[in-house]
Amino acid sequence: MTSLDDRLAAVRDGGRHALVPYLMAGARPDWVRLFEAAVAGGADAIEVGLPFSDPMMDGPVVQEAALAALAAGTTLDSVCATLGSLDLGVPLIAMTYCNVIYHVGLERAAGRLREAGVLGAILPDLALEELDEWAAVCDAGDLATVLMVAPSTPVERVARLTARSRGFVYAAARMAVTGTASGLGDGVAVVERVREVSSVPVYMGIGIATPEQARDAARVADGVIVGSALVRRVLDGQSAEDLESAVRALREALDEM
Amino acid sequence: MSTMGTPGARGRFGEFGGRFVPEALMPACLELEGAFAEAWADPAFVAEFHDTLRLFGGRPTPVTPLARLSERLGLRVYAKREDLAHTGSHKINNVVGQTLLTRRMGKRRVIAETGAGQHGVATATAAARLGLECTVFMGEVDTKRQELNVFRMELLGARVVPVASGSRTLKDAVNEALREWVTCVADTHYCIGSVMGPHPFPWMVREFQRVIGDEARAQLEDLGVGVPEVVVACVGGGSNAAGVFAGFVDTPARLVGVEAAGGSAIGHGSPGVLHGMRSMLLQDEYGQIEEAQSISAGLDYPGIGPEHAHLAATGRAQYVAVGDDEVLGGLTLLSETEGIIPALETAHAVAWVARAAGRELAPGTTVLINLSGRGDKDVAQVREMLRGDA
Ligand SMILES: Cc1ncc(COP(=O)(O)O)c(C=O)c1O
Repeated sequence: MTSLDDRLAAVRDGGRHALVPYLMAGARPDWVRLFEAAVAGGADAIEVGLPFSDPMMDGPVVQEAALAALAAGTTLDSVCATLGSLDLGVPLIAMTYCNVIYHVGLERAAGRLREAGVLGAILPDLALEELDEWAAVCDAGDLATVLMVAPSTPVERVARLTARSRGFVYAAARMAVTGTASGLGDGVAVVERVREVSSVPVYMGIGIATPEQARDAARVADGVIVGSALVRRVLDGQSAEDLESAVRALREALDEM
Repeated sequence: MSTMGTPGARGRFGEFGGRFVPEALMPACLELEGAFAEAWADPAFVAEFHDTLRLFGGRPTPVTPLARLSERLGLRVYAKREDLAHTGSHKINNVVGQTLLTRRMGKRRVIAETGAGQHGVATATAAARLGLECTVFMGEVDTKRQELNVFRMELLGARVVPVASGSRTLKDAVNEALREWVTCVADTHYCIGSVMGPHPFPWMVREFQRVIGDEARAQLEDLGVGVPEVVVACVGGGSNAAGVFAGFVDTPARLVGVEAAGGSAIGHGSPGVLHGMRSMLLQDEYGQIEEAQSISAGLDYPGIGPEHAHLAATGRAQYVAVGDDEVLGGLTLLSETEGIIPALETAHAVAWVARAAGRELAPGTTVLINLSGRGDKDVAQVREMLRGDA
């Protein structure tokens, strides 16, 4: 059990559906203030985007945020230095691409993240077939490797992915990169496939933008991940207060459940 | 694995290669690996592939002795004439293979990325022939540099999508094609244009391109030349080089890949992960990918196929770089001495041979240059450059 497993189990045991906003570190000079706003609005954890120049799993909104963060000089080390000096009060889960981690070195990158208080990491371009080395480093260092299950994942792989995912399983609601969409796509079916093989928490993401979608997702999932819809607000220059209200609206929708 | 043999289940070439793609794409990569392995072992598929290249693709392409160039350089130079293949470059070999495989897998559509437009045109061509729907992603910078190729693709019934993200060149066209593939993988094959991407692409594309090297080996035998001392090819992703190297890797021939100086992944890069593969990449100290800079759109790529990274690491092949300034010289040299206008990409290989003649290449050395493509697509750009020089 990783620390992230414990923290997220506590959320579920408390009868709460987890709300996990995705925000890009460094996308705006006041990004820390935006993270705080998300927590104030009711986030149970934050997915921290670490920018990569070639984000193949991301749509235009997150791409734009990544470019803005890179233009501002954001690096793994700069984000870790900032996060390490704060206590946001909720678990942080890094989301970035293999090259950012591999370039620094797996052990050093994992160590840096964990020292900064980050409890988990999602590398969407790290396939199950390439996972061993990173998973060993993460398991040794109490950093949870969160894995994705996609609508295209065959049943036999769902079991293998689920067994190796830590913290929660990321159920991709549709065959798409990050962005906004309507409805839940294949999300319900993906969550149910994971449930058949495991009792680990399952969070749904990819294309979930509105409080209504979040509430519908929470009918089957233990949590929801909302990214592009919030990142769009950040890029549009909305205030921290506005972001907090947007997160609160998602929170209230989940709490109606 | 023997050198340039079949990579194992993980698709590794030494420490390079592998599969670094989102889970959504993994089932398709596994399906493709199985489908290709099965098709390539099926004599009926292999026969259909070679028949198509013969009846439609213009194969075999000749090996031409380059007498006047040889005299000029003091070498014995031969050219494998991929410029004479249908659509004007080696790209046709790969797309014939991949579109036949697409049909065999029961998919109805292909998507592709393109830099110079050569791979896009080739894909649109092969797709039209089999009645497959075709969408090509092309960086916005390249759609302007290679306007005529955009129109060619459209004439062939393909849809061309200009890519405005990132550096708006080949690297971003690959990103966009991968993003699109996630949404349509059930009925669409990603017809990747070089020996890059996740396993099985680097292996599969090399196998479809090895016809270049296999033919050239036999043709040089027939010409009484035997095994050349040096085999030279330009390298973007590295498919024409991999194809010609594959025919000579088990001989004593020295193998030389010529990169664009501004896109020299072996010369200036370091190991990293991009576009589904671990390979040598141009990147900054934080692992952010840097933009390649080359006058030839087809070599404007910050990476290189993983098998080349491995061949470089083991020393079996050598990689050199040629600057934009030398390329034009290579192009005019071949045009004037041999009546062959090469593509700007190909001109890199010619330029290196011209530079190395009498230095790294001792007088009388037998050299095979893979003439990967013809220069028609570049003529307008070359005219601008020559005028600029004047
Ligand atoms: C004529 C020609 N040669 C070479 C290349 C580079 O590709 P590769 O290195 O895969 O052969 C291109 C790419 O567009 C090309 O058009």
